[in-house]
Amino acid sequence: MSDIKQPGADGIIRMEAVNKWYGQFHVLKDINLNVRQGERIVLCGPSGSGKSTTIRCINRLEEHQKGSIVVDGTELTNDLKQIENVRREVGMVFQHFNLFPHLTILQNCTLAPMWVRKMPKKEAEEIAMHYLQRVRIPEQAHKYPGQLSGGQQQRVAIARALCMKPKIMLFDEPTSALDPEMVKEVLDTMVGLANDGMTMLCVTHEMGFARTVADRVIFMDKGEIVEQAKPDDFFDRPQNERTQLFLGQILH
Amino acid sequence: MQNHTGAPKGSWLTDPRIRAWVFQVVTVVVVIGLGWYLFHNMQVNQQHRGITSGFGFLNNSAGFGIAQHLIDYTEADTYWRVLVIGILNTLLVSVLGIILATVLGFTLGVARLSKNWLINKVATVYIETFRNIPPLLQILFWYFAIFLSLPGPRQAHGMLDMFFVSSRGLNMPAALLAPGFGPFVVAVVVAIVATVLMARWATKRFEQTGQPFHKFWTGLAIMIVVPALAALLFGAPVHWEIPAIRGFNFVGGWVLIPELLAVVLSLSVYTAAFIAEIVRSGIGSVSHGQTEAAHSLGLRNGPTLRKVIIPQAMRVIVPPLTSQYLNLMKNSSLAAAVGYPEMVSLFSGTVLNQTGQAPEVMAITMTVYLAISVSISLLMNAYNKRIALIER
Repeated sequence: MSDIKQPGADGIIRMEAVNKWYGQFHVLKDINLNVRQGERIVLCGPSGSGKSTTIRCINRLEEHQKGSIVVDGTELTNDLKQIENVRREVGMVFQHFNLFPHLTILQNCTLAPMWVRKMPKKEAEEIAMHYLQRVRIPEQAHKYPGQLSGGQQQRVAIARALCMKPKIMLFDEPTSALDPEMVKEVLDTMVGLANDGMTMLCVTHEMGFARTVADRVIFMDKGEIVEQAKPDDFFDRPQNERTQLFLGQILH
Repeated sequence: MQNHTGAPKGSWLTDPRIRAWVFQVVTVVVVIGLGWYLFHNMQVNQQHRGITSGFGFLNNSAGFGIAQHLIDYTEADTYWRVLVIGILNTLLVSVLGIILATVLGFTLGVARLSKNWLINKVATVYIETFRNIPPLLQILFWYFAIFLSLPGPRQAHGMLDMFFVSSRGLNMPAALLAPGFGPFVVAVVVAIVATVLMARWATKRFEQTGQPFHKFWTGLAIMIVVPALAALLFGAPVHWEIPAIRGFNFVGGWVLIPELLAVVLSLSVYTAAFIAEIVRSGIGSVSHGQTEAAHSLGLRNGPTLRKVIIPQAMRVIVPPLTSQYLNLMKNSSLAAAVGYPEMVSLFSGTVLNQTGQAPEVMAITMTVYLAISVSISLLMNAYNKRIALIER
């Protein structure tokens, strides 16, 4: 834990003593997390440990009740304008893709740039095609989400988020809802994105991905950050008992 | 299907294909036989009583008055004209009712989802009250308890000295054509064309530069200013005839009779309660993930609702909405209870009583309802097809 260089005030994401409750249930307990620009972080932990909630707080899909979250210099408060500013800079990919089924792939990608960034349609389409090319499905641009496979849909979801040119990408179990043979195509896309220097926070159980891509692996349990380390240290020399137990269960 | 392999066959008695054939043949024979029996029976009875069958009676003079007719009518007119008046009145009630019920229903449906406690509860109480009272009772309530208990024409509630609400209905100014009417129509057409061109230009510019344009307000301004100019230059397009008391009733102007008001209001209020629930469940059917995805892209609540949620909710809303429209149209026959002259009270009621041509009158009435129902269904299905999701 000690050999990780914690970024200071220069972090693009700064979470300080963040607490959250669902009714009586304490989901997040004093979460402190600093992420520097370009850093790639993997969050893992048993289900219900608060890892999804943590990243959903970063773009205010969930509201934290105590502590402070500053994203790219903007503090998340009740101010709608600030929330909007943060959401423009933070892209998110969901477990169940959440593509808009009534819009074509291209329209899925151009909706936000046109309505949030007030971009001309033509320019938005050019950008959309650029990113669709990057996730290697430009030929599907005029189809509807329902006509695509799960892996293709998730790649479109990544392209859709990228079209807003975000500074940070959040991934909430992006491969958990996929058939096994489609996991690789999505992971490859994410590796490509990581290699381009995108700041990424990824909730995943793909330990191979964590080992090759992550700068830091964070283990959460019962709403707390239990351990964080470089991937090699994390997997080969886990310090905490709970981490060892968890790794023992998922690595065979 | 032939059995080339000579596989063993079971008894033909238990072969499902042969059984299916036998059942179908038997059914067809029974239906045709029953139909022929009924038809024959009717003919014999009609001959016996000296009733001429056929539709010739439609050309006879009706000889009775009708409380509300959208086209000119005198007692000397034929049953044909009575039929047309009945159809028009049914359509009038249905169209007015559908429009009102849709507006009211969508508003209530969204209100029912509101996080505002008061709005939410008001909508809930409305829905639970009106959908649990039989529509006939509601019509009677509006007619007898509200409209007929209003003061008489001499004590009518006046608004601006132009609109008068009394037990005789709603009297309002009538528009009579004036010399300025021609230029006014031209001006309206010009304004519509200009608005459409402006809207196209604005959409194009929005797509090219991303600059939004206040299409609605500009359009509204064009639609008001251009016709107003025409009216200033060429004189007023219409001359208003204001209703005034002469003796015991109003003379001049238009009047919505209390029967029509009671029927339209009660049917809209009743059907709106159902439409509200349909709209609520439609919006509820769109998964929360869609809202989250839209929010995570930075879309605000307004565009999220308009661009993401409502378009998806519509495909769930439209099919049950169609049956509510059909219900409303068919429930308009309950207007017979307060004597509003629509298809059932006018044609299957008065005309049937006068002519005794029961089979013909019933056949015509049913055909009219069927035709209106099918038209509504076809329109709504076409709309539903347009908004359907495309899956593999």
